[in-house]
Order: sequence, then structure tokens, then C-alpha cells
Amino acid sequence: MADQRIEPILAESARPTAVAIPAPVAVSVPGFRRPRRLGQLLERQDILAVVLLAPTLTILTLFIAYPFVLGIWLAVSDKVVGRPGAFVGLENFRVNLNDSIFLRAFQNTFVYTFIATALKLALGMLAALLLNHHFRFKRIVRASMLLPWIVPTVLSTLAWQWMFDATFSVFNWMLMNAGLISKRILWLGDGTLAMGCLIAVNVWRGMPFFAITLLAGLQTVNPDLHEAAEIDGANAWQRYWRVTLPLIKPIMLVVVLFSMIATFADFQLIYVLTRGGPYSSTHVFGTYAYEIAMRAAKLGQGASISLSLFPFLLAVIVFQLWYIRRSD
Amino acid sequence: MAMHEGQGSIERRAFLRVAGAATGAAVTGGIPAIVGAQKAPSFPKGTKLSILEWVSFVPASDVEFKRLAAEFGKLAGVDVTVDQINMNDLNPRITSAIETKAGPDIIMMISNWPHLYADGLADVDDVAEEIAQRDGAYYEHNKKVSVVGNRWKAVPLCSVPSTWAYREDWFKEAGAGKWPDTWDELRKVGIELKKKNRPMGQAFGHSLGDPNNWAYSVTWGFGGAEVDQSGKVVINSKETLEAVKFTVAFWKDCLDEGGLAWDDSSNNRAYLAGTISATINGASIYFVAKRQFPDIAKVTNHGHMPKGPGGRFYSIGGQGRAIMKYSKNQQAAKEFLRWFMDRPQYDKWMAANDGYVVGPTPYWEKHPLWERDPKLVPFKEASKFGRWPGYPGAPSRKASEALVKYILVDMYAQAIKGMKPEDAVKWAEGELKKAYA
Repeated sequence: MADQRIEPILAESARPTAVAIPAPVAVSVPGFRRPRRLGQLLERQDILAVVLLAPTLTILTLFIAYPFVLGIWLAVSDKVVGRPGAFVGLENFRVNLNDSIFLRAFQNTFVYTFIATALKLALGMLAALLLNHHFRFKRIVRASMLLPWIVPTVLSTLAWQWMFDATFSVFNWMLMNAGLISKRILWLGDGTLAMGCLIAVNVWRGMPFFAITLLAGLQTVNPDLHEAAEIDGANAWQRYWRVTLPLIKPIMLVVVLFSMIATFADFQLIYVLTRGGPYSSTHVFGTYAYEIAMRAAKLGQGASISLSLFPFLLAVIVFQLWYIRRSD
Repeated sequence: MAMHEGQGSIERRAFLRVAGAATGAAVTGGIPAIVGAQKAPSFPKGTKLSILEWVSFVPASDVEFKRLAAEFGKLAGVDVTVDQINMNDLNPRITSAIETKAGPDIIMMISNWPHLYADGLADVDDVAEEIAQRDGAYYEHNKKVSVVGNRWKAVPLCSVPSTWAYREDWFKEAGAGKWPDTWDELRKVGIELKKKNRPMGQAFGHSLGDPNNWAYSVTWGFGGAEVDQSGKVVINSKETLEAVKFTVAFWKDCLDEGGLAWDDSSNNRAYLAGTISATINGASIYFVAKRQFPDIAKVTNHGHMPKGPGGRFYSIGGQGRAIMKYSKNQQAAKEFLRWFMDRPQYDKWMAANDGYVVGPTPYWEKHPLWERDPKLVPFKEASKFGRWPGYPGAPSRKASEALVKYILVDMYAQAIKGMKPEDAVKWAEGELKKAYA
């Protein structure tokens, strides 16, 4: 089908006469010259392509490229609010590498991202497999799965803040009433435990995105393949590992890619729950950069902190795109 | 209270009369007369004035401010708009306003922000000095945070001090008939209180106000400081070490161990729920108690930050209002600040705040509201002991860096968590040297 449609068009555009318009017509009536010219121009594929791409390119330049280039400039300058910055080379990055809070944020960002993404993938896959069965109220359950992902982060995080509250935590209340603990647990009062809580909330929030996307992937898997494998004697695990997983791998990688980027750059959740405390044990790039750039007004230094994300994000993206291409 | 004996009969109206006479304005003629007396310039038609403020923790304060702003608009023939946003959101708004040279004409400055944003702020020397001449010199912290170099970059507005809110009944049961005067005395009562499962409460996390209140006041109180007057880092001293050791002991003996997980509102909730006996806070705990928990309000009083070997100190940044350099309506903005800070207007605004804010000059210690509720008197007096971030050095950008990195707070928090006090102080020294480099 597709080939039949495309071929004549290709054939048409390949003919040199399609582009060359007889000259006398265009010259004779000056009033009609312009629209004709425009029409002619638009018929040229290279020009039409530029015209059609222009809006997208403008938007990308304004909202993605410009801020990005500005970010790079800030990171290599000593810019503070209200004063033009001067170029200082890699000085900001040198300062960062000597900064124990930055190094802690660096480590935290990786721990946070990798553990949270791994958990989201595992739990999301599990949920997707369960949701892929037929059961009553299937649609309602599937739709409601998305709730944590839809609710604005700040709102849901405020609810979590209450649940982790040092005095009024509902978790402590339940555990105490169940006789499991005798002393309250200070969820956000210890560096490691607080990090665990942040990861848990991130997983709660991000898991539905994995579940729904993977579910969409699972539904594209042809049941015949499973049947065939079953007839060949494959058990459920083997069918999952050898049939399902290879087929949904591309979509899985895309989800992981998106999620990693979002988790790397996470800010709201951590800022609301701990603001990087206690004792700077839960800072990530985003929260620390905000404190330095906004609250200490050192835009250059702050930009260099958040730009430190870039090489790692780039590596993740390059690797995953390469992997997806290769498996295609 | 002793200092007010004999003044108790001054009522609001009489006070205003005195105030009006002092400014030379005819109070009896109402607002238009005041403005007339000041020869408020009329502005070209269509002059606009846009003001950005925080959302106050006292709703009545915001209502009164908007009312006054509208009143000025009518008097001066200026179209005034007031935007109020969460305190946390002010920094990014100011940053983008200064960088894009567009936005409100007047913005509220909290603590040492005039130093952070000095390059984007217009000079307001005339207005600021006029007020000082009329009402007496500003409190030191109000002046320090507003003057950059030797120019006034903001007109001091007020202070919002935090004192200790405490349960008088429980303190009495623990053997303290009055609020302890020194840190050591407070610790002694605290030990008794915690034995009865009524600990005091203090946040040591990364929230904006409470943890810093402790960290700075206690360091100074024991004679320590981040830097000396010249900005040289001097944190690693035996005074600071004593402050850290004291805090660790106080934590174990007297405080609720939830503090490391607390934010600025946790102590309000814990106090009102009756799980803690005392905590450092603005007057908001007391105000909420009066509205919703009258029984608790009855037995709540306020006490001063105790004295240490180094003296009595409060960490108070104070607040001010700055006119933006990019503003095209600087003249109207100045007139507004002048008018708002004039006594009849400021009096009303301060009354609406009901003791939550303290005026920027000692003149306002005479406001009749302090007679209304003696429990609020420590707030009024706190400003005398107020110091700024970076004291005794300048409240500079470097002081802000130390603040946003929570270096002092984390010095205490890490010691509480088990780090040797000596090591915690050494850690803070290393970090401060980088911040002040």
C-alpha cells in the first residue's frame, strides 16, 4: 500500500520539468508576479521544507537552545544578580569539586536516580503484567493507576510530608498500634532514611507512568506468539523472558530514558520534603543549584552546578539511542 | 513591662495626636490633610505603581496593607497594584525582575537581600534618613541590612522577631516561676520538663527560619561568630565549641528528638498539640492559640532568648522595601514609601499586625498595642538584641552563601547526630572559608 502511494510522488518530484515553470507567464503581468513567485517558491521542496520547519525551529531556538546556551555561558561566568558576569573559564567547576555539599549532592543525585528508576521499572512492569489480564472494572483500575502521576507534585508531596511528620506521622501511628515499634521513627530526621523516603515518594509518583506505558507495549505483543511458545513447552517465565521482554524492549528503554532524565533533574519533591536537609544529606543537583543561584544570587555558580548534570544525561541518552537503533 | 509604667493610660487616639504633632501633620484633618501637609506631588495621569510583597502570616496585615495602598492610590492619583506571593517565591521573582529589568516598582526585601540585589536597586537615602530623623535612629540590624556601601538600598519596614513561646503552667510545675534568664538555667528546667515527657522543641533541618534562629543566636550567645568584623573566618574558637557542646547536651536533656526532621511549622503544630513545652517562634503560635486553642493561649507566655557567656542575641534580619532601579515610577514609589512610613499610616498597619511586627525604630516601642497584651512585650524588646547574618561582619552576599549552605545549622545538626563537637566546628570552619573566600 504505502509503496504504491509514495512511488508516483517520488517519480513526479524526480522529473526536472516539475520544478521549471515556463518563463513568459511569470513576466507578462506584473500584478500577479508575487503570488506566482511565492507559489513557485513553495513548490520547491527545499524551500517548502524550510518554511514548514521554521515554526518548530523558532520554538526550539527560543525555548530550548537559547536557555541552554545561556546556561553554558552562565556556568563559565562569575555572574551574580544585577551585574554583568565576566568569563572565568572553569573556575566555577573547580569550586564545585572542592565543595563537600556539591559532592554529596552529586552522589545523592545518582543514588536517587538509579535506585528510583530501577524500582519504578520493576514495580511498573509488575503492575503492567497484572493489568494486562482481563478482570472486572479493568478500565477504571487502569485509569486510576495514573492518579499519582497526574496530581501536581507539590500537592501530593505535601500529603507525604504529613505522613512523614515527626509528630503526627500516620505510619508511626499504624506501626505503634500494631505493636511493631515502641518509639516513633523520624522518617526525615536521618540522612539515609530521608533519602529512602524521597526515593519511595518518587517511585510512588513515577511508577504509574511505567505501568501504563509498558501496558501499552504488552498489548502490542501478538498472543499467537505466546500460544506457539506454550505449545513448544515454554513455561510462564520463559515466555516472559524470551517472548514478551524482547518485544517490548524498545518501549521499555524509551520509558527508562525519559524517567531517568526527569529523575536526574528532580527538584520539587525534594525541596518540599527536606530542602536538602538534614545536614545537607539529601541535596541533589537541582535543589543545591537553586539555593546557590536563587537564594545566594550567584547565578554563575548555580548554573555550573546544574550543568554538571549535562554530561551524564548526554551519556544516558547517547547510550540508549544507540542501543535502540542497534536492536532495530 | 517595668519600662511602661506611667504610660499605661496613653490610648490610641492620644498616641496618634502625639504622633501627628511630632510629624507636623494635621491629624485632625484626616489623611488628605496629611498628604496635603507633606505636599504630596500629583503624578501625571496614568502613573502606575506596582508593589510586590510576601503573604504575611497575619492575614489582617495583608488586608490593611492593601487598603492603605489603595488609599495612597486615590490620594496621589496613582494606579496602585499589590501582588502578594509566598515568601519562598520572592527570590526567583526578584532575580528575574532585575535580570529582565521589568516587573514591580517596589519589592519587599527580607533580611540582607538589599546586599544581594544592590545592583538592581535604586538609592532611597532621602526617604530612609528622613524617617530616622523623625523617629530616631533605626535598630542596628535594620540599618545594617539596608545600607550597602554607604547608600540606603531599602527603606527599613519592620522586624519579625522570634522569641520563646512557653507553657507557663508546665514551667511552674518544673520549678520555674519565671522564664529563665540564661541558657544554663533554661537547661536545668528543660531537664525536669523532659523527664515529665514535656520536652522543648527546636528544628535542626533545612527550613528557612527556626534552625538558623538557634544556630546564630546560640553561637553569638556563647561568644562565637562565623567571621570577625573584617570578614575573616573565626568560627573555630573555644566559644563556638562551647556553644556546640551546650547544644548537644541541650538536645539530649531537653529537646524533642524530632527536631532533625522538623521544618518551620513543625514546632507550631507540636506546641499546639501539647507535645512540647517551649519553642522559638514568631508570635504566630500565640495568635493561632488565641483563635483556636484558648486554653493553651491562657497558659502561654513569651520569654527572651536566654543570655550566654557572650550576652543575649537574636538573629533578626528585619524587612524593608526597595525601589527597583529599572522602575520608571521611582518618584511615585518614593512618595508611597514616605507616606506609608509616616506615623498615621504605619500606626494602622502595625495595629493590624497585633504585635507580630516590630517597628524599625525604637519610636514604635511606644505603640499602645504593646500595652494591650503584655505577653507580647518580649517581641517588642527583641529588636534591641537583634543581629544580622554574618555579624559582626557585613551582611554580605558571602554571609548569604553561608546561610543557604546551612553551615552553622549543619555544624550543630552533625554534632547532635554524633559527630565530635571539635570535628563539627572544624568542618564548619572549612566550609565557611570557602563561602567567605
